[in-house]
Amino acid sequence: MALSAPLEASGSDTIGAVLVVGGGIAGMQASLDLADQGYKVYLVEKESAIGGKMAQLDKTFPTNDCSMCTISPKLVEVGRHPNIDILTTAEVMDISGEAGHFTARIHQRPRYVDVEKCVSCGDCIEVCPVLIPDPFNEHLVDKHAVYKQYPQAVPNAFAIQKAGVAPCRDACPAGQRAQGYIALIREGRWDDALRVIKMDNPFPGICGRICNHRCETACNRGKVDEPINIRALKRFVTDKVYENPREPVEPVEITHPDQEVAVIGAGPCGLTAAQDIIQAGYPVTVFEAMPVAGGMLRLGVPEYRLPTEIIEREVQDIIDLGVDLELNHRVDDLDRLFEEGFSAVLIAVGAHEGVKLPLPGANLDGVLINTRFLRDVRLGKYENGKAENVPPLGERVLVLGGGNVAIDCARTAVRLGKEVHLACLESRQEMPAHEWEIEGAEEEGVHIHPSQSFERILGNDDGYVRGVECAEVKSFHFDESGGLHVEKRENSRHTIPCDTVIFSVGQRAGLAFIPDDAGVGITDKQTIAINPNTLAATKEGVFAAGDSVSGTAFVIEAVASGHTVAESIIRYLQGKPLEPSPEPALPVVELSDQEIQDRLALGEIKRQPRVPMPELSVQERIDNFSEIERGYDEESARAEAARCLSCGICSECMSCVFECGKDAINHDMVAQEKTLDIGAVILAPGYQTYHAELSEEYGFGRFPNVITSIQYERLLSASGPTHGYIRRPSDDKTPHRVAFLQCVGSRDQSHDYCSAVCCMYAAKQAVMTVEHTRTETKADESRPDVECKVFFIDTRAFSKGYEEYYQRAKEKYGVEYTRCRVSEVNENPVNQNLIVRYSDPYRDNNRIMEEEFDLVILSVGMEISESVKGLGRQLGVELDDYGFCHTTLFDPLQTSQPGIFAVGPFREPKDISESVTEASGAAAKASQLISTGRHTLTVQKEYPPERDVSGEEPKLGVFVCHCGSNIGGYLDVPSVAAYAQSLPYVVHAEDNLYTCSQDTIAHIIETVKELKLNRVVVASCSPITHEPLFQDAIRQAGLNPQLFEMANIRNQCSWVHSDDWEGATEKAKTLVRMSVARATKLNPLKISEVPVNNAALIIGGGAAGMTAALNLADQGFPIHLIEREDALGGNLRRLHYLATSNGTKADPQRFLKEIVSKTRSHPLITTHLNTELRETEGFKGNFSSQLQKDGEKFWVDHGVIILATGGAEYHGDEYGYGKNPRILTQLEFEDLLAKNDPEINQDRTNDTSEHDSPLPDRVTMIQCVGPAEKYCSRICCTTAIKNALKLKEIHPQAEITILNRDIRTYGFKERIYTQARQEGVLFIHYEFDRKPEVILNGSDGNGSWKDAPPIFVRTRDPLLNTDFELSPDILVLSSPVVPSPGYKDIASTLKLSIDMNGFFMEAHVKLRPVDFAADGIFMAGLAHYPKLLDESIAQAEAASSRAALVLSQENMLTNTRVAVVDQTKCVGCLTCVRICPYDVPVISSEYNGVGQIVGAAYIEEAVCHGCGSCASECPAKAIQLKHYTDEQTNQKIDAFLAQFEVI
Amino acid sequence: MSENEDFQPEIVAFCCHYCAYAAADLAGSMRLEYPTSIKIIKMPCSAKVDPLYILRALEDGADGVMVAG
Repeated sequence: MALSAPLEASGSDTIGAVLVVGGGIAGMQASLDLADQGYKVYLVEKESAIGGKMAQLDKTFPTNDCSMCTISPKLVEVGRHPNIDILTTAEVMDISGEAGHFTARIHQRPRYVDVEKCVSCGDCIEVCPVLIPDPFNEHLVDKHAVYKQYPQAVPNAFAIQKAGVAPCRDACPAGQRAQGYIALIREGRWDDALRVIKMDNPFPGICGRICNHRCETACNRGKVDEPINIRALKRFVTDKVYENPREPVEPVEITHPDQEVAVIGAGPCGLTAAQDIIQAGYPVTVFEAMPVAGGMLRLGVPEYRLPTEIIEREVQDIIDLGVDLELNHRVDDLDRLFEEGFSAVLIAVGAHEGVKLPLPGANLDGVLINTRFLRDVRLGKYENGKAENVPPLGERVLVLGGGNVAIDCARTAVRLGKEVHLACLESRQEMPAHEWEIEGAEEEGVHIHPSQSFERILGNDDGYVRGVECAEVKSFHFDESGGLHVEKRENSRHTIPCDTVIFSVGQRAGLAFIPDDAGVGITDKQTIAINPNTLAATKEGVFAAGDSVSGTAFVIEAVASGHTVAESIIRYLQGKPLEPSPEPALPVVELSDQEIQDRLALGEIKRQPRVPMPELSVQERIDNFSEIERGYDEESARAEAARCLSCGICSECMSCVFECGKDAINHDMVAQEKTLDIGAVILAPGYQTYHAELSEEYGFGRFPNVITSIQYERLLSASGPTHGYIRRPSDDKTPHRVAFLQCVGSRDQSHDYCSAVCCMYAAKQAVMTVEHTRTETKADESRPDVECKVFFIDTRAFSKGYEEYYQRAKEKYGVEYTRCRVSEVNENPVNQNLIVRYSDPYRDNNRIMEEEFDLVILSVGMEISESVKGLGRQLGVELDDYGFCHTTLFDPLQTSQPGIFAVGPFREPKDISESVTEASGAAAKASQLISTGRHTLTVQKEYPPERDVSGEEPKLGVFVCHCGSNIGGYLDVPSVAAYAQSLPYVVHAEDNLYTCSQDTIAHIIETVKELKLNRVVVASCSPITHEPLFQDAIRQAGLNPQLFEMANIRNQCSWVHSDDWEGATEKAKTLVRMSVARATKLNPLKISEVPVNNAALIIGGGAAGMTAALNLADQGFPIHLIEREDALGGNLRRLHYLATSNGTKADPQRFLKEIVSKTRSHPLITTHLNTELRETEGFKGNFSSQLQKDGEKFWVDHGVIILATGGAEYHGDEYGYGKNPRILTQLEFEDLLAKNDPEINQDRTNDTSEHDSPLPDRVTMIQCVGPAEKYCSRICCTTAIKNALKLKEIHPQAEITILNRDIRTYGFKERIYTQARQEGVLFIHYEFDRKPEVILNGSDGNGSWKDAPPIFVRTRDPLLNTDFELSPDILVLSSPVVPSPGYKDIASTLKLSIDMNGFFMEAHVKLRPVDFAADGIFMAGLAHYPKLLDESIAQAEAASSRAALVLSQENMLTNTRVAVVDQTKCVGCLTCVRICPYDVPVISSEYNGVGQIVGAAYIEEAVCHGCGSCASECPAKAIQLKHYTDEQTNQKIDAFLAQFEVI
Repeated sequence: MSENEDFQPEIVAFCCHYCAYAAADLAGSMRLEYPTSIKIIKMPCSAKVDPLYILRALEDGADGVMVAG
């Protein structure tokens, strides 16, 4: 393996910014470390919030800390950090450039919610009608299309999920949001549904009846069974709303009275355009030649399809906006309109002129035209069987034509009592009319004569029609110029007798009013020539739309055309270019057959045909014009609406837009592409859990009570779908028998690795199950009301505190462990319990067992998602076959691309604490690379000087927030503000709609300045989220930020008392009173600066110490590296081999040589060998330590300490160690291997006969020796297998047996375990209650093993259930790592805690794994816990990062809220010294206490954490915590219960 | 204590800024309900709750005091 050279970025001007990919805990930690060290950070997260998997978890092992409680302060910190830009819904497209100078392109999907404006009130959720399975809750419950991943999400804002444009909307010419109103119908929100329809279409009742509904053709539901009956649903909405009296429509405000628009034609197109134009503020006059408005709708469509009252109502809604409608006004001169002062003219005259074919006899009496006929009927001219001023109808009517209008004519004639025939050119199948129309006509008795060519119309002697002579058509076609060519059957001429003929062979626009010289072009087809994009005619200011442009089309096209032309006209009036710039469109959602099958399989969709539309029977309808379709009732409509698949996810129903009081929602947002200049990249994209449905034998997806472990986390979580009550999915019952199945998607045929965390989380989940059930059922602790059973292979409890936790789970919680892999899970159909089938090889003689459980949890493993693999490939970083990022053992965080680092499970499965460690480590690596760019891109805010308010009487301003309706909707905000005004010292009180909005913040700043306020109280949401914002505001107004107080009247009042208006109002007043009372006692607090010494003291010169030293020195910090021994290297000096998981070789001795030489030659590293630490004084940033070298003592000053004191191999006398040279430890055995390794000793051979300690032929190893019976030493299994494989390599005949309790080859180490078994290494299990026994034949502690007496190892094979004896040449004891000698002295010198095994205690096991509770001291390597070399290196880098946080500051800003001692009251009782969790107080001889006695408590404010423990414990009340003084708190307590008047 | 069924004890809750206070905020986000007679006072740490505060609250007439952290 090649060692990576230290990375040096070209040039000194590296970019001081880092791109962090992935907003999980690792990405967050890396971001915080870097931003705090003076780098700009871009944190890219693909979801809408950061937090990652940890936010989904309930508790964390081994401390059972609440995951959300531990992560949420970090979330807030990241969210608020001025130098971290969080880019959510974003992904990296590519990265170019080189280390130190990269350019990244980021694709950011639209969120549709403005993060700056959203106050996270959740009003939008209340109205969102779309529900989809919630991925954050692992599909256990649904979420809305507008959502926040979880309540504490950062950014604290909602987002809208859109999959794209639903096909129904895409197919509609007018872009009707069908999915939107369907979703609202499902919820019974008829008015809202109508509002959605009307946003795109002013004629819902009309289109609900006569639309040709292309939406239904496109509907994805058609791929399941039948499309949604969208048209019927639309009509239903209007039926429901129109049942009620019509609400008057208010006229719109005309803002441009001088720019009036004339619209010619009051049809659907003209009226749609008129509506849009007037809504834009332009006056509109509509000229209509007919006595009624509505155009073809009113005069062309028969009443039985479209009742007049519907048309009148919908037309009136437009007219009432203020449109001037001129009926019976035929425009006969276009130019006159401009002369009359119109600024633009829209021609929307429709196509009302019917056409007669030029046949002989076409002018006979009794030959009618379709449009005229329908119009006359509609105008009532054929009522009561009479014909007034219109041609009378005969008894036998023949309609010529096969289109929809022809059918309308025929069915109308039926209703007038006539015998009706219809003849057309096309065959029955090819008739252009809709099939359902033709069928309806046939049902009503219309005789259809298809494939007819009309030859001539025959008349009788009176000049009246008597029939039409036709010929049968064989085929026909139109040529390119539109000419018709018909091939007729020979001798097929015949006559269809009739006494009335109605031509229905087409319509066209009547354009006679357009003068030839008007400049408005007319096409050959008698339509107006227009630009198809803008609908502008050839004359400026003239536009044309609808049928007069397109020829006859459907009403929805007229509406669409009306919208388009209105937009053009408005642009024209505004003087803008007519053609708008194109906008990126969302993709249309097409559900694939596979997706549909998946959703059917998961039960998300159930097959169900559409609900039929009720209709009048033929008898009921044939003699009248009553509407045929009766419409849905409510039940049918909801049932039909429920079939919608919500393809687009968000349906764009706009309910959220109407509801949002902050105007934060914008559905027109589009994807953004951002380019970032950065110096380094950290990849922390995390993992996905295994798709458990692929392990079909366990029934996930088929059996509701088989769930995954991550689903179970949600069930256990107090903020999860069951509020933390464990309920099984099938029946919501509390389970009493729960099974955990391990290694699902790990350690199997398709995963050659161990996922490293499942054993522990299963143990934790089992423990929590018992805890929850106990609490709920109040069960006896000794007999819990739930049984948990874990089916496992090995329990990999390999890290700090894990083994102890695992033992506790078994002993204290009664969790049962069965060592086997379950073969199958079946469901008991009676009770939906699960039958788990297995055979336990260690018990029951391998019998097949079946056991029934209420709930089965699958412990799913970690995988890398396809999108992360794609990212890795895109960036060119080397990945393994599973997509994990490949890194080397000596530089574990470095990817194959310089300047790009990888952390967390993306490298190898691992848990939170190791991911956090690596995140800090990668931050150090990045910082090492770009340290020249430090502080170049970070920002610091400038403020005006602080006003001195000392001596002023309190002058308070109180700002009470409505938070839209979030507070104002549940309590009386104005009365709270009025009450505040009445309180003492309050000079100003007011209420605001949103106190946090930018304009209110500006207003607060102005008010503070204007009224010279010196304290501010805001009553609104929570100080946790909003206090910094308001503090910043008053700081901008010149006030010290501590002169601010908040009353939490939302989260802790209006939201929790939503049904008690009076009570909530009173409580809000009390909370305000309490805050005001406290505020009067607030004092300004000064932040002081303490200079920082930028040197580091590193204790321990092993791999960890040297790694940390080199990292920090490369960043420019001077280092004192002290080593007790006479050489650098520590335990690394004894390593000859490393376990690699991918077959590569790693030479630790070569690495040692290189790192020692680099350390010795670095100009900033001073190495002190043979040196020990004597004492240390000072605090973070300013330490001073006395060192002793060869008896000589000297002092060094430094800002931080890194403790890397390492560990030692345990040498106890267990198993006869020390009594026979045949018994070795693993390190000793490794030495033996190296001595015999031809690769290492090329001058020697492995001929065993030639030297003293040849290779053995038979080796037995015993795992878990001595202290390892209590804690897992983590590295021994890997080391044992590594050495076994090495022996096999250089001496293939060797027989090796490893006696073990569990093989804990976590992560990729699993691969060498597999390899060892393949190579014939024998693994035999034992238990502590039956340990192997070593039989010695006499004692001989010296010399070569060859000459020593033989030894025997007696053990039991649990599989065969027999004892047997091994006689190895060598017995190797896997002795654990124990703390290095002298650890207790160090702990006492530095006042550090150690755990019960002697390892140093970190500040927090998960989130602060390398920090000590004491500030400024960090640790790495074996001093923390046993670990492998690469883990030590990563941890050393992490310690460097944490140290650099201090060292990179010129001055440290002190905490303001610190404890201060009034030494005159101090009696020196030591209470504070003992109580402080951070060991900060000291009794200092520099101070005199009560009675001038020398020695009083002193608290260094630079290191005080401000918890106040000392202040509340001090018996003399000599300590006060600033900002939480007794006076301030008492004032608040008093104000709660007593009325606060006099202060 | 009052025998009255409508009795709503006035309770002062001292809550740690880091955990219990945040949990009370979360209760709001989740729209859980509890009586209005409970008022929360934010503390930098539950260890800052001086026994004297508890006594003072009771002296002022509180029916109960809760310390959560």
